[in-house]
Amino acid sequence: MIEVKHAIKSFDGNTVLKDVSTTFETGKTNLIIGQSGSGKTVLMKSVVGIHRIDSGEILYDGRNITSMKRKELNALRREIGMLFQGSALFDSMSVLENVKFPLDMFTEMTEEEKIDRAKFCLERVELSHALDLSPAEISGGMQKRAAIARAIVLNPKYLFCDEPNSGLDPKTSLLIDQLIQDITHEFNITTIVNTHDMNSVMEIGENIVFISKGEKAWQGTKDEIFDTGCEPLEDFIFASNLYKEIKKAHKFFHDKESSDPPRPKTKVKISDTDYEPVEDEPNGDQKKTQVVSK
Amino acid sequence: MIAIKEIEKVGAYTQLMYRVFAKPDKWSMFFRQYKEELKKQGIDSLAIVVIISIFIGAVITIQMIKNMENPLLPNTLIGLATRDILLLEFSSAILCLILAGKVGSNIASEIGTMRITEQIDALDIMGVNSSNFLILPKIIAFVTIMPFLVLTSMFVGIIGGYGVAIFTDMITVKAYESGIQYAFTPYYITYSIIKSVIFAFIITSVSSFYGYTVRGGALEVGKASTDAVVNSSVLILLFDIMLTKLLL
Repeated sequence: MIEVKHAIKSFDGNTVLKDVSTTFETGKTNLIIGQSGSGKTVLMKSVVGIHRIDSGEILYDGRNITSMKRKELNALRREIGMLFQGSALFDSMSVLENVKFPLDMFTEMTEEEKIDRAKFCLERVELSHALDLSPAEISGGMQKRAAIARAIVLNPKYLFCDEPNSGLDPKTSLLIDQLIQDITHEFNITTIVNTHDMNSVMEIGENIVFISKGEKAWQGTKDEIFDTGCEPLEDFIFASNLYKEIKKAHKFFHDKESSDPPRPKTKVKISDTDYEPVEDEPNGDQKKTQVVSK
Repeated sequence: MIAIKEIEKVGAYTQLMYRVFAKPDKWSMFFRQYKEELKKQGIDSLAIVVIISIFIGAVITIQMIKNMENPLLPNTLIGLATRDILLLEFSSAILCLILAGKVGSNIASEIGTMRITEQIDALDIMGVNSSNFLILPKIIAFVTIMPFLVLTSMFVGIIGGYGVAIFTDMITVKAYESGIQYAFTPYYITYSIIKSVIFAFIITSVSSFYGYTVRGGALEVGKASTDAVVNSSVLILLFDIMLTKLLL
């Protein structure tokens, strides 16, 4: 778990983070969302330790990084994996060498073990066919996946993703989102994703922190996001017509649900021959599906 | 205001060098980088060093011949002047000015591109001392390969002058040979190597500083590359005067 307590950060007299306090939970995809210039990237870079905050505390499972010396911070950083907006793969190395790099730097594994581990991570992100290609020879989505493989190769406790979907088509974005969420659950990582992509929010937002004008304006889950009553958040979410329509539909079903009299839940089972609605028994058991011949 | 900015730059450069000259995180990785840099900066510069030195050696010889047509001046002076110009100035200072253009711009643009594409941030996040990892092998590699490049330049430059003696009738081979052997001072080679090692440090460290501190995009990388070459060249000329006064 990562806790941010009363973080304040200024640049040349301009306060970008104004007393931000929040918690990022372990085993969940924590999202930082907000408009461009709201301070979400500064918050993330402050949490990672690229920026030193002016006051406040940032605790990694109780360890305060703001009072750490460079050596201690470097040791902590070996528990961190980060996916950058532009992937940040090393141009001079192949995909395999990129993933193997943290192992070369920080482990005493044999060359064979390192290659095996790197290949395992590349297989996990379905990139085992591109081992010997250079970053310039693969697509943006593949670069992101290679960067994820590099980020997880040392089994990090904390994974940071800075706008993982920027420059990707919606389908690839979805794949990257799902991959990040799967890895988070699989390895029980504290994942923090910095994004302004609403599709990501609705897809993987297990804990969402909304930043507006340098302040935390709202925190909750994707299920709560349509009814927050937070004006800046509503301006942000419903900026597009698509989400305005989704909100209308959400409101319609919500209103209908509350106005309709209670009734038993109805499920539909589909068999290869035909289908028939089945109702739950009052005791909670399901009725057997009645197959109707065509 | 400009003076304050320049002083700040010197401070930032000193701080960067303090981080650069730390113990490498992993020696095996350092030596791997060092070998790559030896090839990239040293072996890959060999061709340009040979080409420039052979032509400059030939041109110096021709110019000496043209300027020493006085019968009172013996022909041996032509070889001697060519040798001393090559040994004392061309193969150290002028060669380093040329290499500042090639190696300096290469280093500044490489590190600058790494900076703007967040590759340096990626190293920092991993807990790697990025300045040490990227810059130290470049400095050590260029400093160690430089004496070899200087000696090559001296040798090839003298061969260039030989070419003039062999392929033209402007000077006899015998006169040129006796000239390059006349009043030879071995210390000139040591002096030249000392100078070139210091210049090699200036080229790599200054160019790395400009690359490492780039902020912005491709345009800024281009500007950093130019600044690296200009500032390295000015510093080389400045140190050339100081070292000449100190060492000769």
